[in-house]
Amino acid sequence: MASNRRGLPEINAGSMADIAFLLLIFFLVTTTMDQDTGINRKLPPMPDSEQETPPEINAKNIYVVLINSNNQLLVEGEKMQISDLKAGAKQFINNNGMDPRSSDNPEKAIISLQNDRGTEYKTYIRVQNELAAAYTELRNDASLGKFGERYADLDKTKQKEIRKMYPQKISEAEPKNIGGNE
Amino acid sequence: MSKFRKNGKKGMPAISTASLPDIVFMLLFFFMVTTVMRETTLFVKVQTPKATEIKKLEKKSLVSYIYIGSPIKRLQASFGSAARIQLNDAFATVEEIQEFIATEQQARDEKEIPYMTTSIKADETAKMGVITDVKQELRKANALKINYSTRKGTY
Repeated sequence: MASNRRGLPEINAGSMADIAFLLLIFFLVTTTMDQDTGINRKLPPMPDSEQETPPEINAKNIYVVLINSNNQLLVEGEKMQISDLKAGAKQFINNNGMDPRSSDNPEKAIISLQNDRGTEYKTYIRVQNELAAAYTELRNDASLGKFGERYADLDKTKQKEIRKMYPQKISEAEPKNIGGNE
Repeated sequence: MSKFRKNGKKGMPAISTASLPDIVFMLLFFFMVTTVMRETTLFVKVQTPKATEIKKLEKKSLVSYIYIGSPIKRLQASFGSAARIQLNDAFATVEEIQEFIATEQQARDEKEIPYMTTSIKADETAKMGVITDVKQELRKANALKINYSTRKGTY
């Protein structure tokens, strides 16, 4: 170069690509890209010893779902396929007093879920999923009718309003053995 | 006579690779930003069940993981194939969960404790007995926000 006669020689950058490739491969191997997804639930706090007895709930407002150790469903005393559960739950929640044996209104409707210790986790998640799907569809219907938008697209205050109409009440009984075998 | 004209009559000029490092660095930064480090080595085989009503797990720093499943093939000789619980990098018993949650809570800021989530990553063939026990322990430890880890999909 003209300006510095005896200056620093230029560093060869030919191996830069190799170094970068090495780093790239290191990061590809040691990291994961999968987003963690799942079903969110809140557990009830442990009951206190001096807690008063829970308020009486009219039996017709409870939708009892039992899963036995053979992964079979018993819903409100009758056998049911998992594929029918969503429709059944929707009908129960949205009964609004039409059928005197079913729920009074969506706010009072409670789904009670009980499973055996031998139930497969897969079945349990499918049931939880179907019940959640029933609520999602009801909320979507309500928000489409009221605001003309899907529930997920609404803003926070509107979502709260819809949530108040259809509160998701899924109660899980204290664990016990249904149908014997461990 | 320049020495470079010796053999090629009029061959293709060499493609400059000067920008190759830039391209690779760009890829590198992309992967560094979008991925997370693998946090634990799994000793149990976990294939999470499929579901459709799923939510993304946010704030990964506030999530503690509990893995449940049968030990991987390599360890089945010494640990059997019954479903086991893994916390951090070791097998654990149900009783150790409370302690695990307590350590996790201590490591976080006090204000963040109510937002902490426990992600249950259980294999789809696991029995509810183990999971119920885990849930009871979580209730005792007052870690009430849970997330059943699932994949997107239907059966």
